Amino acid sequence: MRNTILRMLENNSRIDLHDVALMLSTDESVILAEIEKMEAEGIICGYPTLINWDKTDSEKVNALIEVHVTPQRGKGYEKLAERITNYPEVKAIYLMSGAYDFAVFLEGKTLKEVSMFVTTRLATLEDVAGTATHFILKKYKDHGMILIEKEENDRMKVTP
Amino acid sequence: MRNPLSDKVMNIKPSGIRKFFDLVQEMPDAISLGVGEPDFDTPWHIREEGIYSLEKGRTFYTSNAGLMDLRKAICGYLNRRYDMSYDPKTEVVVTVGGSEGIDIALRAMLNPGDEVIIPEPCYVSYLPCVELTGGVPVTIELQEKNAFKLTAEELEAAITDKTKVLVLSYPNNPTGAVMTKEDLEPIAALVEKYDLFVISDEIYSELTYLEKHFSISCLPGMRDRTIVINGFSKGFAMTGWRLGYAVGPALIISQMTKIHQFCIMAAPTTSQYAGVEAMNNGDADAEMMRESYNQRRNYLLNRFKEIGLKCFEPHGAFYMFPCIKEFGMTSEEFASQLLKEEEVAIVPGTAFGDCGEGFLRVSYAYSIEELKEALDRMERFINKLRGTK
Repeated sequence: MRNTILRMLENNSRIDLHDVALMLSTDESVILAEIEKMEAEGIICGYPTLINWDKTDSEKVNALIEVHVTPQRGKGYEKLAERITNYPEVKAIYLMSGAYDFAVFLEGKTLKEVSMFVTTRLATLEDVAGTATHFILKKYKDHGMILIEKEENDRMKVTP
Repeated sequence: MRNPLSDKVMNIKPSGIRKFFDLVQEMPDAISLGVGEPDFDTPWHIREEGIYSLEKGRTFYTSNAGLMDLRKAICGYLNRRYDMSYDPKTEVVVTVGGSEGIDIALRAMLNPGDEVIIPEPCYVSYLPCVELTGGVPVTIELQEKNAFKLTAEELEAAITDKTKVLVLSYPNNPTGAVMTKEDLEPIAALVEKYDLFVISDEIYSELTYLEKHFSISCLPGMRDRTIVINGFSKGFAMTGWRLGYAVGPALIISQMTKIHQFCIMAAPTTSQYAGVEAMNNGDADAEMMRESYNQRRNYLLNRFKEIGLKCFEPHGAFYMFPCIKEFGMTSEEFASQLLKEEEVAIVPGTAFGDCGEGFLRVSYAYSIEELKEALDRMERFINKLRGTK
């Protein structure tokens, strides 16, 4: 049942728990208890909202920074990663296989702000051997949701 | 001028759904629970194979029976999923949807005057297709108390010395009923005893929620007596591709292929290439859709329970068949009044046979949000009828 609840919440964190209970033929209290348990266990980490900022008048700049790292003996990647997570500008950081080590997703107000952050904060960190900045121009799909306008479905209302 | 029309065609009653469809068309804002098709889009990897086949210029006819790759994939799928084994060379014909399969199976098997037993309520096309061949439809009114399964007693009572074919359709549209191996055994025994044949429409075979689908063709002695109709529409959300198939003994399939060859030529090539992908790599999609439908099925069952509306538990397809006899209205009256007052479109049970009187067909091929809104409205309507508001 856990995975089913998680899949439902992943698609819609505001889903009505009474509806979930009806869909799984159980009591709302059972669902609630399960969700609280998963929150406590750190399986459910939060309930952020997916926003298409491009449709607002708020200015945002997003970038993906490739970070090359020279990990030091005994410290590995963890110490540096932990340090980078502390910056509020950093929206996500992943350890990657392949040509570079960390993928860091940044959000700032202006191009300049993001560039400044990379050059003065990220690039100057001990163990960081190099960075490459890619600005995000447009988001088409995010967190499994398609952000571009879709044509309306012309399914008929009654069929045999 | 002479009458240009055939008496046979003129005598066929138009589909009961048509009338309701016209009514709903006048109310563009109505919420509908009236469709008999999945709300999912065809999975992208399947659509992509169709597109890719067009890009490669595969726009020729295929062989009459269908692409050999597709026939092999169908046989592999049927074997993997339902333990059925058929020879792709001689025992499969790819059709334009399950509907064509039903039509050509009946045409290949019936002589004028042959009786065909059709348990109702059922899908709307069996009866007119029998009439078009010159066969005689004999309907059985299935009972809610038997969970809308066909019983041996009901079947035996309907058999005469003219009976040739039994049409079975499980998981069932519109009731959602399923027949298990144990339910089918006594039916198969009668089919053998009276030397009958079965056309088993298993188009909803992917959509069973409590037990795995079992085909009557797998019972001893039944393989040579059964044409199984199936397709891609329901399990793989491919209604618009118009792709189905029939499998059965070569003796019958070869004659069906002959009719298909003259009337249709071959199923659409683009659809066939997409179909290969669905058969070979679509199991996970079907599983995902099945889980989602099951959640909606539970949701509706539990909502009906809350409302106090009597409804037997469907084990398959994506329909509920609640009983509305307590309100003292016909299905059509109930459905039109619900449409008028709360703008919810639900197909009256009578569209699927006279014995659908007193029932509604509620499709749950809709998002939970839509189901919720429709059920809220329905609850309000029912409370008003009961005067308990």
